Order: sequence, then C-alpha cells, then structure tokens
Amino acid sequence: MSIISTRGLSKHYSGLRAVNDVDFDLPEGQVRALIGPNGAGKTTFVGMLSGRIKSTSGSVSFLDTDVTELPAHKRMSMGMAYTFQITSVFANLSVHENVALAARRAIKGPAPVVNDKVMAVLEQVYLADRTGQIAGDLSYGHQRLLEIGMGLAQSPKLFILDEPTQGLSAAEVDGFIQLVKVLSENTTILLIEHNMDVVMQTAHYITVLNFGETLAEGTPEEIKSNAEVQTAYLGST
Amino acid sequence: MSQATRSVLLHSFVIALLVVMFFVLPEYHSGNLARILVLAVFAMGYNVLFGYTGLLSLGHALFFASGMYGLGLSIQFMQASPMLAMIIGLITAVVVSCVIGFLALRTTGVAFMIVTLMFAQAGFLTVLFFGKYTRGDEGFVIQRAQRSMFGFDLSQPFPRYFAALVLFSICLFLIAWLVHSRFGKTLVAIRENEQRARMLGYDVQRHKLVAVIISGTMSGAAGAAYALLFGYAGASFAAVQYSILPLLYVLLGGAGTTIGPLIGTVFMFYLIDISSEYTEAYMLIAGLVLILLTLFAPHGIAGLVRKKLVWLP
Repeated sequence: MSIISTRGLSKHYSGLRAVNDVDFDLPEGQVRALIGPNGAGKTTFVGMLSGRIKSTSGSVSFLDTDVTELPAHKRMSMGMAYTFQITSVFANLSVHENVALAARRAIKGPAPVVNDKVMAVLEQVYLADRTGQIAGDLSYGHQRLLEIGMGLAQSPKLFILDEPTQGLSAAEVDGFIQLVKVLSENTTILLIEHNMDVVMQTAHYITVLNFGETLAEGTPEEIKSNAEVQTAYLGST
Repeated sequence: MSQATRSVLLHSFVIALLVVMFFVLPEYHSGNLARILVLAVFAMGYNVLFGYTGLLSLGHALFFASGMYGLGLSIQFMQASPMLAMIIGLITAVVVSCVIGFLALRTTGVAFMIVTLMFAQAGFLTVLFFGKYTRGDEGFVIQRAQRSMFGFDLSQPFPRYFAALVLFSICLFLIAWLVHSRFGKTLVAIRENEQRARMLGYDVQRHKLVAVIISGTMSGAAGAAYALLFGYAGASFAAVQYSILPLLYVLLGGAGTTIGPLIGTVFMFYLIDISSEYTEAYMLIAGLVLILLTLFAPHGIAGLVRKKLVWLP
C-alpha cells in the first residue's frame, strides 16, 4: 500500500516547468531517495507533498486521503514530518524546547509524557547532553541533528528529509546513516540527498528527477547502472 | 523551585507590594498608580500580541476605545448598571477584535502594522462621526451616581484603587498562566519562526487570531475600566497616541515578559509626569530617554533583569 502518491503533479512558474506531470508512489515502510541534479525540482516536489508549495495541477494523496487542497499544518498533523533544506530551528529557544514544541503538537498527553519523549529523541540524535543550550548557539551539524530530532518527536508516519547531511562531517554522516536504519523499522522515509554514499547505504529504492520529470526509478543497483542517469549527472561525452 | 512556583511567588509579591503601596504612598501618587494599573492592563494585552506572538499592531487604541465606549454608551443611554456595562464593554471588545483579527491577519509584517493603524483611524473617525452620541473630542462624563459597584463608590480613591488592582491581578495571573500553557508556548514558537511552527503542524493562523482576540479583549477591559474608574470617555482615547503608548510601555518594560508592561507603564507615566513639571517640551525628554533605552537596553527593563535572572517569566 502506498503511504503517499501523486498523479500528474506539476508546478509551473510562469512558463518554467519546475515539476511537470509526476506520478509517484511511495509504499509504506520504504526508504526512498529522491535524487537529481541541482534545479531538478526535488525541493519543489516535496514542498508540494508537504503542502508548503501549492501545486499548479495534479493531486497528492496521503494515507488514502486526497490532501491536495489541505494546508501544510493539516498534513503534518495527519502524520507527516518535514525537515528543511536550510536549517530552520527556533534559534532563540533551548534545544529541549525546540523538540518539545514538536512533541507537544503530536502528543496530547501531560508535561511528563512530553518530556520523556523529548529526552528519548535527544538521546537518539546525540544531543542529550545539550538540552539546556540555546539552539542558535549549536554548531551547524548539531542544528541539523536537532532539526531531525524535531521531526522524530512527532513520531511521523512519513518523514521527509530535505538534504539532511548537507554540511555534516564524515562522522556525523555515519551517525545519520545509522539513525535512518533504525528509523526505517517503523517509519516511511523520503530522502532528498546528494551524498551518493548515504543514498546507496540507506535507500531501498530511488527516484531520479531531471528537469522536473521522473527520469528513472529503481533499486540502487539499477540506478547505478542506468545510462540515462549517468548522462544527466555527468553530462554526455 | 519549579518554574511555576517561582512564577506564582513573583506575581503574588508584585501584587502584595501594590497593596502596600496604596497605604504608604501620598494620595497624589496612589491616584496615579490606580491609573497606571489600568494602563498596565492595556499594555499587558498589547504584550500578548507584540511580546509573545511577534505581531506589531499600531491600532490598539481601537480595542481600548471599544471597551471604553461599550461601557460608557451603555451607561449613558441604557442606564446600564456598571456590572452590565462592563460586560457590554468586554463583548464589544471581543467582537471588534474578532473582526479586526479576521481581516488584518490576512496581511503580515509591515502591511499588518498599516492595516491595524488604518482600522484604528477609522474607529477614531467613527467616534467623531457619531458625535451626537459620543460627543466627539469633548467626550462625556459618567456621573458619580452611575459608578458604584457592589456598594462601592468607584469615584473614591480607596475603592477605585482596589478595583484597578483586582482587574490588574486577574490579568497578570491570566498572562502568567497563559505563557506557561501549550498555547502560550506555541505563540512564542510562532514569534520565533512562523514557518517552522507551521511545518510542525500548528495552525498558525488560528493561533494568531486567538492571540488578537485575547489581546484586544484585555485592552478593551482596560478601556472599560478606565471609563468606569475615572468617569470619562472621549475621542482622544481612540486616537493614534493611544495605539503608540502601549507599544512604548511594552518596549520600555520588556516585551515578552509578564511584569514588563507594568514596569514600562510606571516608568513612562512618571517620565512624562516629572519632566512636564520642568518644561513644556516634556515629550522631548521622553523621546530622548526612549532613544537611550532602545540603544542601551533593547530588551527593556525587565529584559535587562532577565539577563541576570533567566527564569523570569
């Protein structure tokens, strides 16, 4: 069963076809990587999945419900979580409060329940020793982890990560790969990623976008040997 | 000590101090303080929107005047009892803030400032337009006989001061509770990063609307209380000056702090009061002090204190 799917999804900016007529199905439980050269329309595409960007035409359905007309916050409360390509944390609030804000929306329980969840999440993203620190004072890598933590705290059914490893050190990237492996046991993950190591180690299946259209879909092995993908990435010789 | 206990202790202490003040201060100053308490309620209302939600309104005079005229006109023309008139004043403020919130929140940033300013000017002109009833700039007096509540004559210093203090205390505890609630914390999240709050699944628009309604209603309560306690309603309270004053009170005292509005109101009130003894150009002195404060204490007086006492709510 698909957790999220699109039919004919398009976004046109006065003539520029950022995303054009994309049919996309993501089965529940899968880790899917979305790759493609810069400007291929990846962020626009997931923006339309999450509701941040309004589509020009086509439809999005999430958990068998047509959500095309739903605003972003409603989609999030249905069980989506989204992390930004450009780090977007509450810079003046503490690390704990950042995650607590995410947890409180998803958990309606009393403060101690929320607190347990926050601590568990901070443990998972290696930030448990920095709970009181102001988020804006964290290093870039830690802010990225915090951003992921804010997604986790919502216990999402579908977790959309937009270039999560951008700017992380090699060790942090390894940590991230481990994290995705653990998460994938009970969450469907859609990952926009440029780091092919991360993609090859985590993704079950890959979708390649180019010029706003699906260029290829397949397992990592299939994509690796796909001539068209190589051309799109490396240019034809 | 937990955050909540500290907050209750701090606010109880402030209120106890204000009780003592009435008996210690000379009559002139305790009279001023009654006025300050009512204006501080106005500032606290403003702070909900500006300090906690991050929305800068330039039209809060409209809410203050809604409460003031809701109460004043119903006493004047319906012979309503002060209690009933107070309720009418509050309902007027709720209705006006619902409408303004609904319309003005379609805009953000500078546009929101301008739209609220324009609505408030429209409100001011409405008061003048219906001068037959409101008596425009000249205003009207609410007679002493119409200002007694539960057997207390609110034109007398003692009942007046404590009526103001009761209203102030209710609002202070309400705000203290609000900022520790889920709702209050979500408002702060919206202030800090609206886009992020939305992508965490919060209905930002609904939260902002409720914030406008709380803010507008509290400002309206202050307007109604002002008319009732000081026996006068006039168009000057609907003018742009009364939209700027709460902003100054909050900026001076410390935006996004519970006691900042009171501190700012006391400071500003006495700044004008004292400087006007020496010169007619007292606004020049007030302006200078404001510039100095924004340069050297951009987070206001309570904001300075919070640097030392981080737990300050």
